[in-house]
Amino acid sequence: MRDITKEILELIRRTSSSLPTDVEKRLRDSVEKEEPGSAARGALETIMKNIELSRANSTPICQDTGTPIFYVHYPTGWSTIKLKEQIRAAMVEATKKSYMRPNAVDAVYDKNSGNNLGGDDFPYIHFEEVEGDELAIELMLKGGGCENVGRQYSLPDNSLGAGRDLAGVRKVVLDAVQKAQGQGCAPGILGVAIGGDRGSSYVKSKEVLLSKLGEHSADPNLAKLEEQLTKESNEMEIGPMGFGGKTTVLETKIVGLHRLPASYFVSISYMCWAYRRRKLTIKKNETIFE
Amino acid sequence: MKNITMPISDDVIRSLKVGEPVTLSGVMVTGRDTVHKWMMETFIKKTRAPQGDDMQVYEELKKLLNGSVIYHCGPVVSGLDTKDYKFVAAGPTTSIREEPYQADVMKHFNLKGVIGKGGMGPKTLKGCQDAPGVYFHAIGGAASFLAQTVTKVRGVFKLDFGVPEAMWVIEVKEFPVVVTMDAHGNSQHAVVDASSKKVLEELLAR
Repeated sequence: MRDITKEILELIRRTSSSLPTDVEKRLRDSVEKEEPGSAARGALETIMKNIELSRANSTPICQDTGTPIFYVHYPTGWSTIKLKEQIRAAMVEATKKSYMRPNAVDAVYDKNSGNNLGGDDFPYIHFEEVEGDELAIELMLKGGGCENVGRQYSLPDNSLGAGRDLAGVRKVVLDAVQKAQGQGCAPGILGVAIGGDRGSSYVKSKEVLLSKLGEHSADPNLAKLEEQLTKESNEMEIGPMGFGGKTTVLETKIVGLHRLPASYFVSISYMCWAYRRRKLTIKKNETIFE
Repeated sequence: MKNITMPISDDVIRSLKVGEPVTLSGVMVTGRDTVHKWMMETFIKKTRAPQGDDMQVYEELKKLLNGSVIYHCGPVVSGLDTKDYKFVAAGPTTSIREEPYQADVMKHFNLKGVIGKGGMGPKTLKGCQDAPGVYFHAIGGAASFLAQTVTKVRGVFKLDFGVPEAMWVIEVKEFPVVVTMDAHGNSQHAVVDASSKKVLEELLAR
């Protein structure tokens, strides 16, 4: 098995410093929607300058380089032990090169490890064996500010009048957006999972964020709810940074899971505007970065 | 746009109104979660005995923070090996976590402002009226852009808290912010929270 530490390091550099074009385009489109001279417009204009500067200088878009979340789709024959070693080695190197801030803090002893490695779960790596001969590694960097405003609801929720159906899901998601205000670095992108247990529900609410903007759920009922939630979230006019304004949520992505008869969880992962996700694909003689 | 030089006088602070974009120049210090807890326990409530270089740092901080601002920021810093520090990425972190401490910290160190993102609550707003002080909102996530306004890193205290949690003493030139909480009891965050809550209630009733 070949050593791909260098390629993973490049994946980290790109993810941290270069925002995906679909996100950049959506942000650029939202600038025009805000009043000229308003704080909201100023915020978006600064954001656009920052995106360009980060890409040009290979510096982090946001100083909170986030929780590194890797999804590795590996063909039969690749060693997950070695891939994990290489990902961890790349993470240490990326920290030395200032692509990543040392971000792993021992929660019990309050000690920063200094190299972005912490126990067995930092960085977080999910392995999935796939058919064929292509290795694909997806990386998402999710900052703490937006992670902190994520929410999980157990339906029914009496205080919101939310029952165990899509109408109830709508209510709790809108509540989460209002409670987040600008603290998740709005405009945000919502990842929503319906069902599962508490753990799987949260995991899937993040996994659904790996798809591009504009890619809606294949389920027409969910696709409709996605559009409705984006529209209604924006009616609250929380705006960029919570300054007040037209753009609060850029898009909503929903995934449905199976649940136990007793449970009905709705999990919302809020992704900040600095929606950092990139993909590395390795074929026989080809290395592709997306 | 108005440029404000730190240290800042009370008159200048009182002249600032919610919604006003300004730039800041001069010396400021970064401090976030660990720092606020440490300040509160060690020097304000004194529930924890000073340890190591705590008292030396305290004396330095009293001079540096007097009339200046604290920046809620955990930067990416290069030159850690050589101590030739440079800010690579330095946007604000979410301020609301310092709500239990901020008003007391402002009063104790005679801070004239706080820079962060997301705004703060009623206790800090009251603290801003008393100080007087203001809350300056920087653009969250604009880390490369804001790092460019940091012209010099003078030094660092408590690096053992970790790079993001340490207190970095920096010189900035025209650091852009928006006043979102002023010394007259006004908060843009309280306004947006209330108006969005009203819309939410209408949406929930549909």
